[in-house]
Amino acid sequence: MVHFSAEEKAAITGLWGKVHVEEAGGEALGRLLVVYPWTQRFFDNFGNLSSASAIMGNPKVKAHGKKVLTSFGEAIKNMDNLKGSFAKLSELHCDKLHVDPENFRLLGNVLVIILASHFGKEFTPEVQAAWQKLVAGVATALAHKYH
Amino acid sequence: PDIMVHFSAEEKAAITGLWGKVHVEEAGGEALGRLLVVYPWTQRFFDNFGNLSSASAIMGNPKVKAHGKKVLTSFGNAVKHMDDLKDTFAELSELHCDKLHVDPENFKLLGNMILIVLATHFSKEFTPQMQAAWQKLTTAVANALAHKY
Repeated sequence: MVHFSAEEKAAITGLWGKVHVEEAGGEALGRLLVVYPWTQRFFDNFGNLSSASAIMGNPKVKAHGKKVLTSFGEAIKNMDNLKGSFAKLSELHCDKLHVDPENFRLLGNVLVIILASHFGKEFTPEVQAAWQKLVAGVATALAHKYH
Repeated sequence: PDIMVHFSAEEKAAITGLWGKVHVEEAGGEALGRLLVVYPWTQRFFDNFGNLSSASAIMGNPKVKAHGKKVLTSFGNAVKHMDDLKDTFAELSELHCDKLHVDPENFKLLGNMILIVLATHFSKEFTPQMQAAWQKLTTAVANALAHKY
């Protein structure tokens, strides 16, 4: 089980309170699809993904990104029980969606980069360390029910 | 198989365009410092660097800053030789394997730190396309450094 110190929790929730989930979610998913183009295979029915600007402007990407990041926000409320929080989503991603768990780590990295670009200096090394721990914990939790 | 990484004209322009604005000394210290903070096991390679006992100690440590500058200056060499990274980093690859005994996984981690430092510095200018080009470069440099292992 991943354990977060009080300082780490404060660093995470403090920043999260300032995140525009809808905008950041769309950006995170969009960047995943641009930077790691093979991930587009999971989104066949999303329409136009033919260029970076098409991807970033695609309304289905934005909507799904918002959904994904909202779910992430739920995790932040349950940092001490990530495996429990993500048990159902883990089964879904394994049994129905067939997503390679490596992609959860990639999305986590993209999220960290977005936070870095939005918050600049405020994204200090300590804040970054706390967030990297969280995204790694979420990725592991999502991979947990794989078989 | 020796697959050469190929950078398009747009990718090269994106990379060199941003690189021209990077303060190598500052960014190098920050990237290395963040590596040591976020992935504390990497501190084992820097036993003789003095005080690494806290994030602020690490970020302020003059040896970290100096070595970070050295590492990122070398990275600047990659930017000049994007079509020939394996040869450019051949000697450094042997050094990291034979003398320094660094697990190649750490090159990928440092690459990610460089991206994050670029993102904090350049903000909106660090567009998805910019990120994609730089991700490709840091991955290719990591592979080139691992090549002689």
